[in-house]
Amino acid sequence: MSHSIDLCDVTLGYGRHPAVHHLNGRIEAGALLAVVGPNGAGKSTLLKGLMGQLKPLDGRITLNGFGVRDIAYLPQLADIDRSFPLPVYDFVAMGLWRQVGLFKRIGAGERGRIEAAIASVGLEGFETRTLGSLSGGQVQRALFARLLLQDARVILLDEPFNAIDAKTAADLLDLIGRWHAEARTVIAVMHDLETVRRRFPQSWLLARELLAAGPTDEVLRAENLLRARRMVEAFDPFAAACDRGAA
Amino acid sequence: MSVYDFAVAPFVEFEFMRRALIGALALAIGAAPIGVFLMLRRMSLTGDAMAHAILPGAAVGYLIAGLSLPAMTIGGLVAGLAVAFAAGALARASVLKEDATLAAFYLISLALGVLIVSMKGSNVDLMHVLFGSVLALDDGALLLIAGIASVTLLVLALIYRPLVLECMDPQFLRSVSGAGLVAHFGFIGLVVLNLVGGFHALGTLLAVGIMMLPAAAARMWTDDVTALIGVAVLIAMGSSVAGLLVSYHGEAPSGPSIILVAGAVYGLSLAFGRSGGLVWKLLPARHLEA
Repeated sequence: MSHSIDLCDVTLGYGRHPAVHHLNGRIEAGALLAVVGPNGAGKSTLLKGLMGQLKPLDGRITLNGFGVRDIAYLPQLADIDRSFPLPVYDFVAMGLWRQVGLFKRIGAGERGRIEAAIASVGLEGFETRTLGSLSGGQVQRALFARLLLQDARVILLDEPFNAIDAKTAADLLDLIGRWHAEARTVIAVMHDLETVRRRFPQSWLLARELLAAGPTDEVLRAENLLRARRMVEAFDPFAAACDRGAA
Repeated sequence: MSVYDFAVAPFVEFEFMRRALIGALALAIGAAPIGVFLMLRRMSLTGDAMAHAILPGAAVGYLIAGLSLPAMTIGGLVAGLAVAFAAGALARASVLKEDATLAAFYLISLALGVLIVSMKGSNVDLMHVLFGSVLALDDGALLLIAGIASVTLLVLALIYRPLVLECMDPQFLRSVSGAGLVAHFGFIGLVVLNLVGGFHALGTLLAVGIMMLPAAAARMWTDDVTALIGVAVLIAMGSSVAGLLVSYHGEAPSGPSIILVAGAVYGLSLAFGRSGGLVWKLLPARHLEA
């Protein structure tokens, strides 16, 4: 049986208000998948659901052949406190959490891997600088170096190229290409549809509900994008209980 | 007066000065690292609020058993932990932000504590509770403070990695480990423990000073969290020694002297600190090439 992530009638949300509504879908192992959709469409919520950080209000997310521990996650840049006085080297090193955990020493072998990861995102010479002194693009490079060390089979990226210059984006896209070639599963929340068309073979168009899924060219057709734009963003505080699927 | 007469003789001649020195140094070793993390988590005022919260608990202990070390310690611990968790839970459950909840809690606690102590005791007892008595530390109090410092360093070593990650990148920590919650509550527990320890030496109102002032001063000297902890401990220990000497020679109350010396170090660091000191910003300097 092939490995996959299966979503069966999944509703995710905060309080009782759904941010992702009755979603059915399957992500095959080794997929390179872009999740696109307007702001508030539930894209980040979906990633939290896949990681198991958010329990579905309804439905089931099944990891076939994966565990939650095989999943690595790149948070949005805004979720990181960049003023915290931690050197780049220490920050990247925490990608080895699974190996070193709470107390294990970071030995010569680990140091070699950390240096290699820092080098492959082009941050040599920045090891002792703190995150606060880096530009947004450089912080994103450091985050990718940490992901490299995590060596995960499933990689979730939340808006990896927001406010990133073209050169950095191109470098990091090459890394993603490398992961794809190594048969890792990559799921990225994306806003730049041009990049999605060029680099992501598969896409999901999300607007609270899954409007379209499949090969990127078909998903990103004009009529689908128009439907996504019409989605109502605000949730209704007086919404009645949803009885879809209950019958 | 020779250096020996000024700096060493007071401690050699008087036992209460030796005891005060040991107590203050042990307190500095435990409290300064805690202050660094409070500052980095933007919880500086939370520490202040929790220090006040300890007061009514210690006061109830005092009401039951007088100026008894175990009774006031246990009372303070219970009250401090209860308020820390209640404030956190209330902030999540109501529209009030945590800072508003904490401000409410600490004003109520302070009033309640002063009321309870006044019901039974004299003004001298009240001063003891509010401002501590670092010059009258008995064996029990010294052991308590030293024990708390030891536990603090051990637990900090244990939760160091998740605590750092919990501060700067909680989403990532949650994705690799469930240790974030343990680190958070372990840390809150350490804050309360150190405040209770500091309470005996410096009183409820000043205990927070030896936590926060060295941490804030240290931030002006280094950009690395590990170095930050070391510098903060050094500043706290230096302030303790200098503060005791100032109080001895100037016949000033010792708790406030220690905190004022730490405050002076903070002021100097703000002005001259290597990492963003204000004086360096005012001096004319040509910009660099790269």
